[in-house]
Amino acid sequence: MSIFDKFRGVEQRLAELQAAGGRNPFSVVIERPISSTVGLIEGRETLLFGTNNYLGLSQSPRAIEAAIETVRARGVGTTGSRIANGTQSLHEQLEARIANYFGQKHCMVFSTGYQANLGMISTLAGKGDYLLLDADSHASIYDASRLGHAQVIRFRHNDPEDLRKRLNRIKDEPGAKLVVVEGIYSMTGNVVPMKEMAEVKRETGATLLVDEAHSFGVLGPTGRGVAEAAGVEKDVDFIVGTFSKSVGTVGGYCVSNHPELDLVRLHCRPYMFTASLPPEVIAATMAGLDEMKAHPELRTRLMDNAVRFHAGLNRIGLKTGKQVSPVVGVVLETIPEAIMLWNRLLTLGLYVNLSLPPATPDHHPLLRCSVMATHTPEQIDRAVEIFREALESLPADA
Amino acid sequence: MSETVQDVSALIIQKLLANPKVPRDITGSSKIVEDLAFDSLAVMNFVMEIEDELDVSVPLDRLAEIRTIDDLASCIVAIRNGG
Repeated sequence: MSIFDKFRGVEQRLAELQAAGGRNPFSVVIERPISSTVGLIEGRETLLFGTNNYLGLSQSPRAIEAAIETVRARGVGTTGSRIANGTQSLHEQLEARIANYFGQKHCMVFSTGYQANLGMISTLAGKGDYLLLDADSHASIYDASRLGHAQVIRFRHNDPEDLRKRLNRIKDEPGAKLVVVEGIYSMTGNVVPMKEMAEVKRETGATLLVDEAHSFGVLGPTGRGVAEAAGVEKDVDFIVGTFSKSVGTVGGYCVSNHPELDLVRLHCRPYMFTASLPPEVIAATMAGLDEMKAHPELRTRLMDNAVRFHAGLNRIGLKTGKQVSPVVGVVLETIPEAIMLWNRLLTLGLYVNLSLPPATPDHHPLLRCSVMATHTPEQIDRAVEIFREALESLPADA
Repeated sequence: MSETVQDVSALIIQKLLANPKVPRDITGSSKIVEDLAFDSLAVMNFVMEIEDELDVSVPLDRLAEIRTIDDLASCIVAIRNGG
């Protein structure tokens, strides 16, 4: 028995996947970005519709300059963790800036968004507590549930009534109850019914954590996310998010009005035992935040583009989620169809993400697309046209 | 209200057989992952249905100990009895 035996099933499935379409979808290389919306893939200029770079800020000239200036002044890394030798003044500045952006008193910055969820959720929900997760939660949330010691209960996706029912079942149990929802679900683009979730929280006295990874910079009058859009920020105890989507860099955060957030720093292992963000990333992140604040029109353009793309895909007969958001999941019936279509799109110059069950909800394969504020209307129309061409070129029995 | 492990087990089997993909010859000692070919998501979704049927919550961390249908039934009975 080899230590690698457990990987043979996946090896077999990967070989089948490659045989069916010619490519390994997990090792697509973007040789280099040409702009925020176009990248060089397999030597071809390819339209990027799968990068979650919602505002295009990964290529922001202001952020690039800030990073260059900072890297010259401070070097490339901190070589330390936040609680030991890796906190510089820039980390504190960034925490103050994020707290200020959200109008909250406290902020913790993490090295990635994954670690922010992993750390906050596993630390807050301890032994004897209950953790209530949406069934379609991101892997970072499920992983947090395994790192922590709480009892974990799933509720049906985006269903506040189901959450209420499950909270009521455990209402007489001792232990705190932490409810975790996401602003926009990354597979389907579904938006959480935040107002109703906040109502359940108020009624039951549970603690509420919202992961705004895909909604920060995207939803709400000032881009603070779904809680701002729904007018329920005061009901949310903890907002977690990432810089690796709308801000275009890397890193995660948690903001809260609870002063105990500072105590979390001393209990949260994914925060304590990892190197802190490098200074140039912090500088670029702060510049990205400035851009987000200074250019609210980016959000308007993003949503206009989302509406245009969503309608375009529906017009050519593709099935998507009903809600319009910058994440558009094209739902397909069979895995072979999804593999062939994804390969064809890439050959024709359109990059999207192939997502296969069980990583997708309800066992359907998805072609996950994400729209950007920097896409031009012509690029959106071209992407829809490529989808149409690719569909036409599929064999009739696919 | 089903109280014994056998009763709960019978109810789980009945619920499973409603799914045409599940083998017809399952018993209480059938293994949920191996014999039913359920992946991790299918197991969690199925447990959610059983939770609603019996108005009980089975925390996910308890699933790690469960291999057979009877294990799941015992776990539910234990939870209903305050364990």
